[in-house]
Amino acid sequence: MSHLNNFEIFLLLSVLKVAVVLVITLLGVAYTVLLERKLLARIQNRWGPCRVGHFGLLQPLVDGAKSFLKEDMNPLAVERPLFILAPIIALGCALISVAVVPFGAVTRVDGVDLFQIANVNIGLLVILGITSIGVYGIALSGWSSNNKYSLLGSLRSTAQVVSYELALGLSLVGVVLRAQSLNLRVIVSSQSAHGALSWNIFGGFQTVAFFIYLMAAYAETNRAPFDLPEAENELVAGYHTEYSSMKFAMFFMAEYANMITVSCVATLLFLGGAASPFGHIFDGFLSTPVLNAIFPICWFVAKVFAFLALYIWVRGTLPRFRYDQLMGFGWKFLLPLAMANIIVTSFVLAVRG
Amino acid sequence: MQLALFILFGALALGGALSLLFQRHPIHSALSLVVVMMSLAVLYWSLGAEFLAAAQVIVYSGAIMVLFIFVIMLLNAGKEDRTRGSRAAYAVGFPGAAAIFCLLCFVFLSERGALGASNIGGDLGNAVDNIAQVSAMLFTRQLLPFEVTSVLILVAILGAVVLARKEQ
Repeated sequence: MSHLNNFEIFLLLSVLKVAVVLVITLLGVAYTVLLERKLLARIQNRWGPCRVGHFGLLQPLVDGAKSFLKEDMNPLAVERPLFILAPIIALGCALISVAVVPFGAVTRVDGVDLFQIANVNIGLLVILGITSIGVYGIALSGWSSNNKYSLLGSLRSTAQVVSYELALGLSLVGVVLRAQSLNLRVIVSSQSAHGALSWNIFGGFQTVAFFIYLMAAYAETNRAPFDLPEAENELVAGYHTEYSSMKFAMFFMAEYANMITVSCVATLLFLGGAASPFGHIFDGFLSTPVLNAIFPICWFVAKVFAFLALYIWVRGTLPRFRYDQLMGFGWKFLLPLAMANIIVTSFVLAVRG
Repeated sequence: MQLALFILFGALALGGALSLLFQRHPIHSALSLVVVMMSLAVLYWSLGAEFLAAAQVIVYSGAIMVLFIFVIMLLNAGKEDRTRGSRAAYAVGFPGAAAIFCLLCFVFLSERGALGASNIGGDLGNAVDNIAQVSAMLFTRQLLPFEVTSVLILVAILGAVVLARKEQ
């Protein structure tokens, strides 16, 4: 590629990265749905999808085809521009967050880092900001459906998301204090000193912050046990009652893409990102450039997978919160606990110098 | 690159603001305001104020405007009716707007040598890490305004709680 100048190389590699990451994320979303159905089924002592392809592996493709071919109903009195805009906002925001996530070790080709699309100094704030904008998808979908139940469901869901965003953001401050930066690469490398012992959840003593983040993330993505706004026996189907076929599929994909984003952020901030849990013990072993690039990606995927499995396990195990319990939990328990975590962390860091 | 970003997002902000004025339904106006705020965030980022851009998106577009939209949705405000404006408003409005436009043009054109050469950032150095600098400044030299602002916001919240309380 010696006949291209730096800008053209950067542009081509960026477009390539975006295409690959997008395809892999969307495939990940589809197969997370399958994973959930299989794991929930096993928790409930049944098989789950097992007819379409071995172990149900072709089920997501068939589901996608079905969603695509269903009739796209537009009820008569909906607010048409917002009705169409809402799922676009929801899915767009869910997919954009993956742009700042570093999913492998630093591997430069002609000056371009292959395993992160955008290395911005405020990467963590970008993810929080995009989550805040994703709220519009939910709010507008319920209102534009011209349906009382959708409106109530979307207002409940919006209030829940906005409330838990606070606890989410505050729980990440401890991590930022330890890493001294909001840049996701710097946060990951601050946990790379001694393998698993220096991850933020163990050696960084952010265990409480991790659990706050976990619970706030479950509430942010409207997943059990915080899924009152979309439970079937409440409010019909909540804010996506009036949506059919592809628009509903977009909301569905947005929910699972949000789960994946949240899992990626948890992996980066609390579980050491793409670093191996063995630290530098095996650094000289099997150390070719290609394997050095591939192994961190495998570790990252394994950690994200573990987090997703935890999500699904909690869904299959715990009963739902009632709405007032949910709001009380977010404001009266998680928020003060997150603030206490910040105070204790900053005190310890100030004392240790 | 900076010029391209400025033209694109400045035009978007302008379009959003005009849409805010001319839309008939309040919720379309509110969403146009969100577009304006996000364009402003991009403009801030292109000037190097990355923390301010993130704060604009998270606080303004992501929280304050969401609450605006809540209120508009719950009030069920409908489309505005087109009315004919009052004569007095037209008599004062157009000349007034023209006068302000001329004044602004005069100021910008007479100072055009100084535009683009201003000291953006003021007290902040030219360091790469914007946030460390902003927070150092905020908690040392600007500590009193910071604390007073938090008390001010607390007073506003208390006022809202008192006003919204039902009388027993």
